Amino acid sequence: MDLSFSAEQEAFRQEVRSFIREAMPPDIAEKAKRHAHFEPEEIRRWHGILAERGWAAPNWPEQYGGAGLDPTRRFILGEELVMAGAPELSPFGLRMVGPLIIQFGNDAQRARFLPKILSGEEFWCQGYSEPGAGSDLASLQLKAEDDGQGNFILNGQKTWTTYADRADWIFVLARTNGDTPKRQQGISFLLCDMKTPGIRVEPFLTLGGTPAFCDTYFDDVKVPKENLVGPLDGGWGIAKALLGHERVGIGDVGSSTRALHNLKAIAAETVKDGHPLIEDPAFRARIARLEIRIESLRMVIYKTLAGAELGKAPGPESSILKIRGSELQQQVGELTMEVMGLNSLNWFNEGAVPGNQYWVPSNFNYQRATTIYGGSNEIQRNVIAKGLLQLPGT
Amino acid sequence: MDFELNSDQKLLVDTVNNFVKKDSPLSRARKQRDEDPGWSREVWAQMGELGWLALPFSEEDGGMGMGQLEVSLVLERLGTTLVPEPLIPSVVLAGSALARAGSAAQKARYLQPMMQGESCLALAYAERDSRDNVACVATRARKQGGGYVLNGEKVWVLAGDAADTLIVSARTAGEPGDREGVSLFLVDPAAAGLDKSALKTMDGHRAAHIKLDGVKLPAEALLGAEGAAAEVLDEAVDRAAASACAEGAGLLDAAFQMTRDYLCEREQFGVKIGSFQALQHRAVDMFIELELAKATMLLAALKADAPTEERKRAISIAKAQLSESGHFIVRQAVQLHGGIGVTDEHDVGLYFKRQHVLNVLFGDEQYHLQRFANSEGFAPAGL
Repeated sequence: MDLSFSAEQEAFRQEVRSFIREAMPPDIAEKAKRHAHFEPEEIRRWHGILAERGWAAPNWPEQYGGAGLDPTRRFILGEELVMAGAPELSPFGLRMVGPLIIQFGNDAQRARFLPKILSGEEFWCQGYSEPGAGSDLASLQLKAEDDGQGNFILNGQKTWTTYADRADWIFVLARTNGDTPKRQQGISFLLCDMKTPGIRVEPFLTLGGTPAFCDTYFDDVKVPKENLVGPLDGGWGIAKALLGHERVGIGDVGSSTRALHNLKAIAAETVKDGHPLIEDPAFRARIARLEIRIESLRMVIYKTLAGAELGKAPGPESSILKIRGSELQQQVGELTMEVMGLNSLNWFNEGAVPGNQYWVPSNFNYQRATTIYGGSNEIQRNVIAKGLLQLPGT
Repeated sequence: MDFELNSDQKLLVDTVNNFVKKDSPLSRARKQRDEDPGWSREVWAQMGELGWLALPFSEEDGGMGMGQLEVSLVLERLGTTLVPEPLIPSVVLAGSALARAGSAAQKARYLQPMMQGESCLALAYAERDSRDNVACVATRARKQGGGYVLNGEKVWVLAGDAADTLIVSARTAGEPGDREGVSLFLVDPAAAGLDKSALKTMDGHRAAHIKLDGVKLPAEALLGAEGAAAEVLDEAVDRAAASACAEGAGLLDAAFQMTRDYLCEREQFGVKIGSFQALQHRAVDMFIELELAKATMLLAALKADAPTEERKRAISIAKAQLSESGHFIVRQAVQLHGGIGVTDEHDVGLYFKRQHVLNVLFGDEQYHLQRFANSEGFAPAGL
């Protein structure tokens, strides 16, 4: 048993670090330093830079342009990117629809879509949730009818289609068969060009005041049948398989670690009774408590990672990563707000608070999403209870 | 990065699993708590034969030449059925001090019989006002006629009632709290002037309060360099903390499984109670805490030999996490068992009690949080 990274792995870490230092444009680096929110344009620019280096899609097989990195190097790459505060690339193409097309698509679809996902030339959004289908996704209503001329005709609405207003393509789960014994059976996975007539997008603000969310309406939208991925009425199975992708990620622990550094920096600059707050032992112990939780979760990640390195399927420990990782992100945000005191009231007033505090209130608000998206933590608990702990059904 | 056990470690874990299943089921722990000294000399000898009491000691000292990881792997399995033999007090606490500070002659006389399961040692380091600071020693060792005379009082000496030899910390110089001036002495519990009162602890184990009233010791009773024992004690207690994390991970695993099984059996309102979502989610939260405790116990075990600051940081992470995870799991284990969980008759309470004891020993949650918070590199540079 050994907890250290090998010399080769450490050398790779240095390689990533110096690449980031040299390749990150100054304006992006400056925003990273302030823990600022990145605009889609900035994310695209950074995507292009990483794509050029071959690191945009570390989890893809090499034959489709993946980075050809083993699990530990992928982990190191991800960790260094997060710790440097680099813009997080849009996951919809690279981590969701891309792997799905690789696994379930046909050659024509792979040739058509993968290169442009990889290069960042085409951006994607996700059409899963609907106003009436959140956690109960199988109740989705977006209708896709065969027009007998080689097309599906889509009618209905998707919501939480993040950055649909900037996306080039959307992948949707649509009901192609309303007459099946189980609701999960009549659903298909379709790819749809956002420029198709009949699509209307209405953006709305997140709790963090950022314009990311959208409603997307479909009014007789024509989707050629060649854009069906996998079998007709078989979309549920492949959408579920996607959930297995990239369970092991630094994501949450990396950003929590970075946010914790910012929390400490703010606590060192914030004065209470004439002393920096970080000198207050009671307060320091609370920060320590959070850091210990983060370090404990990091150990669980290391365990999962070591297993992946040996080609093992993720063990039971990996299923807790999403739940605990998202909770910790929120806890760090909450404690940072507490440190800031009155400064935590700031809502986008330039110059009113130090630069590293400016985005904290917005992030604190938006972070409520982390325990909701990707399957709410309550749904995750249901899944673990039944699948892993084998508790009785109702 | 590698979390696989090597073949020796696998064999060791298999042997302990076998022992736990065949020779020491939970019923033995239950029975043993009512029979002094709370553990069995026969089983101790058996453990000696199996080499479990010699794991962390060098081959030169007659040990197995393994490390804290192997000790932790054994303790984790022993924790599943609350095996009561005093491995932590004797092998880890006293054994570490003796191995690090002892002369060849002292090791031959005291460590070797213990490794063979012929004797038991105890480390008397805690005092009424010492809390978790090994340097808060008020007990005095005065030089007299080429030897020493000890005066003072030690409290809650684990296995101190039955130990064949005690290792006692006493001050040869300085004042309580000074790192310098703390020394260790090998003391015969039958020595004139030594008065011990046996105590039961909540988990069915035993300890002792020990009064030293003019206990005369020869010069060769001094263990290690005079006045330099604080580091030795810190390291011994840290190893004990890492060990508690391992035993804790094992007992929490068992308490969790017991609770999960109960949720699958117990019926109310005409259904298994494990079908209720409120209880399912609680069980998942227990599972999450369990995985964290299991992962961090390895961190503690693997860093037990790291440079001091790194060791302290890792062990504080693991011990604080054990407290947080452990408290949650055993409280919920009792809660989900309902009324039956609050009876002495049901086994879940045995886990509840031992978890509390492990939380308090070797630095409680508050201690490790503060130690971590004051460790090197915790605050941004300069603070």
